[in-house]
Amino acid sequence: MTTLVLREARATLPARRRRTGLTVSEWVATSLLCLVLGIAVFGPWLSPENPDALVGVPYSGPSRTHLLGLDELGRDVLSRVMAGGRAVVLLASVATCAAYIVGGVAGLVSGYVRSWIDPVIMRVIDVVLAFPPILFLLVVATGAPHSQMGLAVALTIVQAPGVARILRTATLEASTRGYVEAAAARGESPWYILLREIVPNIRGVIVADAGPRFTVSILAVAALNFLGLGQRPPAANWALMINENQGGLTANPWAVLAPAIMIAVLTISLNVVADGVNRRRDVAV
Amino acid sequence: MSRLLEVEDLRVETTAGEAVVEGVSLYLDVGEVLGLVGESGSGKTTVALALLGYVRPGLRIVAGTVCVGGQELLGLREDERRRVRGRVVSYVPQDAGKALNPSIRVGDQLKELMDLHLPGRSTSSQVASALERVSLPSSREFLRRFPHQLSGGQQQRLTLALALACDPDVVVLDEPTTGLDVVTQSRILAEVARLCREAGVAAVFVTHNLAAIGVVASRLAVMYAGRIVEEGPVHEMLIAPTHPYTSGLVSSVPLHRRPGRLVGIPGTAVGVGDRPSGCAFSPRCSQSSDACTHGVPALVQVRPGWSVRCIHSDRTPAVVRLPRDDQEGAGDRGTLLEVIGLHAAYGRGLRRHTVVRNVTFGVVPGECLALVGESGSGKSTIARCIAGLHAPSGGELRFDGELLAPRARGRSREVRRRVQIVFQNPYDSLNPRHTVAESLLRPLELFTELSGRQARTRVLELLDQVRLPARLADHYPSELSGGERQRVAVARALAAAPDLLLCDEVTSALDVSVQAAVLALLSELQRELRLAMLFITHDLGVVANIANRVLVLEQGAIREEGSVEEILQRPKERYTQELLASVPELPVSGQIA
Repeated sequence: MTTLVLREARATLPARRRRTGLTVSEWVATSLLCLVLGIAVFGPWLSPENPDALVGVPYSGPSRTHLLGLDELGRDVLSRVMAGGRAVVLLASVATCAAYIVGGVAGLVSGYVRSWIDPVIMRVIDVVLAFPPILFLLVVATGAPHSQMGLAVALTIVQAPGVARILRTATLEASTRGYVEAAAARGESPWYILLREIVPNIRGVIVADAGPRFTVSILAVAALNFLGLGQRPPAANWALMINENQGGLTANPWAVLAPAIMIAVLTISLNVVADGVNRRRDVAV
Repeated sequence: MSRLLEVEDLRVETTAGEAVVEGVSLYLDVGEVLGLVGESGSGKTTVALALLGYVRPGLRIVAGTVCVGGQELLGLREDERRRVRGRVVSYVPQDAGKALNPSIRVGDQLKELMDLHLPGRSTSSQVASALERVSLPSSREFLRRFPHQLSGGQQQRLTLALALACDPDVVVLDEPTTGLDVVTQSRILAEVARLCREAGVAAVFVTHNLAAIGVVASRLAVMYAGRIVEEGPVHEMLIAPTHPYTSGLVSSVPLHRRPGRLVGIPGTAVGVGDRPSGCAFSPRCSQSSDACTHGVPALVQVRPGWSVRCIHSDRTPAVVRLPRDDQEGAGDRGTLLEVIGLHAAYGRGLRRHTVVRNVTFGVVPGECLALVGESGSGKSTIARCIAGLHAPSGGELRFDGELLAPRARGRSREVRRRVQIVFQNPYDSLNPRHTVAESLLRPLELFTELSGRQARTRVLELLDQVRLPARLADHYPSELSGGERQRVAVARALAAAPDLLLCDEVTSALDVSVQAAVLALLSELQRELRLAMLFITHDLGVVANIANRVLVLEQGAIREEGSVEEILQRPKERYTQELLASVPELPVSGQIA
């Protein structure tokens, strides 16, 4: 009865406008996100100079030929910014996706099956969560220095438990619903029930959770690269650039600011977009 | 007589300007109980809350006055209204379990309220007398309990005690007995009537249960689409209503003393945005004429203290009670389902809790067997065991002579097809991400050999069979009303062409007129398709209207078994007699058409 009335009250709100229209901040965030991701993906092919070529005096300021000036070795900052995003975004994406596959399967199974599997998975997760994530990443990075693969695996291990916990809770909630019982009474397989009955209904949770999680991955990749544990120095990489060019902060601040701005814009706009998706999820269905 | 409450011309709108409640006027005298009845969406809860000067977010009061104890509420500032609420006019919410703060002890709940409104008077004797008034213990042990340590009936009594603690003039009760079983419900109803009489409090009792209203109220107001359509003395109005909607509502109430075929009201209730011009009920009304669509009829007095909003009120038909067309006796094909010594439990180890004890019964083809009991009697668990959703801890289930595996996955496809279940809550038994057609296609895919196009045609046939228009096929459940959803759930079960249909409280989440329509549909289908049905319900009126045989359950064990007439007219067991006596009865006129 109460839910009925609430549903009615909600129906009377101007829901339609909220459902389709983007707010100004969401519109700006979406455009910025597309721009930064576009630069990260297509930048390496479009950069005006070879990002590794020495083209002038180190730390010279912006000029007409080099819009953002030159870095510590005299390489073009604009070209390096355009070339330096792909590694960061790619590694963060791979790690986040892998975390969703590993953690997602664990969470769905643990939330739906609830036999001995559930406590086993949850205890394993507790153990993983007991390690401080930064310490764990540092250990892996020092153990296998400059290994992109090692970093991706380590990030996945750090992220997967959180994914599993969130999806387990959502699955637990969804699996008590009548439509899941109806499917079970038809004799559907557990996989059918998970993928066709439950996942479509917790899709919103996944989307809302993926935004902040991807942000954390980007920041972790950036932090490890900044500490010199990611890609090896000659490579163009936003985080590495911030580290390398600290010495010339007064001579050419753009060498540090440009990659820093890219990381900041990427993470902030990603969060605004994720919030927007999350808000819309409450209105729809 | 002094007026404790007077509402004039109340109008509540959504922020978009659509009227939720229009032109509602009410009054209450000392010690009087007014019943406010209507189906979901009629605006009865909105009116109830407006009596406290409150509206839900998204709504606003745009016109009218609400006078309580001589004080106009709507003109007051919000902080002044807050001082009135609880002291001059108080509220008893629908779901006591959710309304009580779970982290505050019983004694502190009362003390907190008294400190707020009557500073310095909240002595322990005051708290004790507030509890005693509603027949709750006032021992120190009880005062230290948390709400979750009380039973549902005790929780509801506590909300009554809270509402009456500061001696208000008016109490607004919003469906206070909805979630309770019949025995507790009848006790609470008697309590409400007694308290109002003794304390000289006036009360507004909001409900959708017409029979309950007859027990507590002296006057009745019926709401439809945001307006009061009829108002008058309770007993007379329930026997001979003058508005066609009231008449339809009364005809929809299943009575356990009068087994009959329910008539219900054609069509569906209108929503807030799409109320027709003129009389809002005219599209569903059998006596409407062109004049009905021109302007809203005025509330006209037909007798002293009795007014109606219908221009053809002289033509309103008497309440119809059709006799049941009784099904021919069950075939001689033997027992379809046998339940032999069934035991079922929840939990493990020390927390193991047995809910079904040694239950044995059978269902023959073509019959409708009702399983009746209060909440916690294990009736739903039995259905879940038969459907293969809960593994029994002992006993045997046989279907057509064949032993049933405990889990649906372990059963043959043929057995799964032949046993189908319809669930209680239509708001969650359909996947919100699947369209109606997708929900109906899946069982066809699983259980029949139909090709894609044949299946699609079959979906339309199924919709027609449950009296739904074909255009709903591509709608999502959120776009359907409760009654429509339940019909889809029935169609999904029928898609498998079952021999046994398990109906688990299928009408308890529905409004009474919708319930009548769904019950009528089920008994028609049962006859047409020669279905065997196991019908689980706590409502004895529903039993009288659909079942052939009844099993009465108490705490997981069968108390009594017999034909509908035997059980409802001549119960042998004490428990059954008590259960029957607790059902609030609707005053009925003599005739059976």
